[in-house]
Amino acid sequence: MSDLFRENILDHYQHPRCHGTLEDASVSHEDANPLCGDRIRMDVRVTDGRIEKVRFSGHGCSISQAAASMLCEYVEGRTLDEVKKLTRQDVLDMLGIELGPVRLKCALLPLKTLKAGVYGIGDWPGEEEEEGS
Amino acid sequence: MTATRTGEGRATGAPSSAPVAPFDPVRVRADFPIFGSPREKPLIYLDSAATSQKPQAVLDAMDRYYRTCNSNIHRGIYGIAEEATALYEDARRRVAGFVNAASPREIVFTRNSTEALNLVAHSWGRTNLEDGDAIVLTPMEHHSNLVPWHLLAAERKIELRFLPLTSDGQLGVEALPGLLADGRAKLVSFVHVSNVLGTVNPAAEIARVAKEHGATVLVDASQSAAHLPLDVRALGADLVAFTGHKMLGPTGVGVLWGRRAMLEAMPPFLGGGEMIREVSLTSSKWNELPWKFEAGTMPIAEVVGLAAAVRYLEALGMEFVFAHDRDLVAYALHRLAEVPGLRVLGPDADHRGGLVAFTMDGIHPHDVATVLDRSGVCVRAGHHCAMPLHEQLGVPASARASFHCYSLREDVDALVAGLHETRRVFGRGGAR
Repeated sequence: MSDLFRENILDHYQHPRCHGTLEDASVSHEDANPLCGDRIRMDVRVTDGRIEKVRFSGHGCSISQAAASMLCEYVEGRTLDEVKKLTRQDVLDMLGIELGPVRLKCALLPLKTLKAGVYGIGDWPGEEEEEGS
Repeated sequence: MTATRTGEGRATGAPSSAPVAPFDPVRVRADFPIFGSPREKPLIYLDSAATSQKPQAVLDAMDRYYRTCNSNIHRGIYGIAEEATALYEDARRRVAGFVNAASPREIVFTRNSTEALNLVAHSWGRTNLEDGDAIVLTPMEHHSNLVPWHLLAAERKIELRFLPLTSDGQLGVEALPGLLADGRAKLVSFVHVSNVLGTVNPAAEIARVAKEHGATVLVDASQSAAHLPLDVRALGADLVAFTGHKMLGPTGVGVLWGRRAMLEAMPPFLGGGEMIREVSLTSSKWNELPWKFEAGTMPIAEVVGLAAAVRYLEALGMEFVFAHDRDLVAYALHRLAEVPGLRVLGPDADHRGGLVAFTMDGIHPHDVATVLDRSGVCVRAGHHCAMPLHEQLGVPASARASFHCYSLREDVDALVAGLHETRRVFGRGGAR
């Protein structure tokens, strides 16, 4: 917990990468964490099975916003298959911290939102929720 | 504290040894084992509105029940079952006395406030509300006094009306006659003390206006039964819900008080054992009050624990508990004003109970709570089960500090120090 507010998290929170919206998004998806009111929207532009551009918007705590920023930075230019293979551990590795169950939901909201968008609602197996609960 | 003020003799509702002077919160705290349990940093517990801590007397009462007379109530005809039944029904009498009910039969044990409110929506609501009727609620309701009505409104055409909120977080009570004028509103249901704004609503006045218009009155007393002298008859309501775990008692037990005639006219909520008088294969006749509403084996140990909590609170004196809360909240408002960029939600100290919710410029409440946690300060962060209220206030979430009889001014000092630290960690605050 002592390094929860590592410099990189605060940096991404205060200077988010890939923040904004896309008017020509191939897919947009929004989700919220009903416990804390964190809200993330992901706009993704896909060309030939590859994420050409991604922008996130919404509001929330430093963990959810930093995770969104790091995740977007990571997935830009990657294929959808690569994105589908991302796990919660990948997000935690990006953040570089360990989290308790409540803050874990904050950290995983961006990945959950992105994957739900990429898979399309209904097709997503939802493994993050199972692992995270 | 318990040794000097036992509060015994209150079981019938007549306070025979009511305290006459304020308690010493430092001595009170010594009665709560959690503060003495070993940990790295001292526990600064400022989340009593979510759940209170439990005094040794409550833990002992539950432990004693399990160790000496654990058995199912009302059925066994052997010694310990009779003992357990007596403990359980004594608890009902004690709770009745605590809220000045006319009879113990008006006290229905439930799982918590939420279940009590759902009981009313399910039983009274389905019996009395028809298409075209309306319910008056407030924007400061906990989800537990909104969602049961949403469920009912999904079944039949019921209009939900809302009292307005003033800019300082109070109810615009003067709008109530207008909301009741067409005679369609059959129920006025509202929270006595807001769990976010801390507002102490003028419950008796609201109840009086509602009754003048022929509406039934339901009060969610979750935050008030635990913190101020609650007299259900003086309140003028028909039904009052509250929960044990916020009033120094255990989780798993709550109370619905109802005027006897009101409860008599309501059909059962859950069906099962104990709530019936006669059962054939195809039909049943209900038991008398209050057992009609207590289906299945009840949380006996928890009810016994709740009685011990009531005894403890009576020994402190609820007027002194309230005065202590108010002293702390006034001090907290004064100290919080020192923190730059901090916005307090809700009214001034004169109109609130012992809690204060706030936001900080550019720092999410979750982050506030996380930094505070590093110095052992426990506050709640989120929407506190009041999403519509936060929407009205224009904030996605808030942080909340809340007090009880064991809270000290030093806790507020630790909170304020932690908030300065939070600002330091976040520099000039977040980007958004």
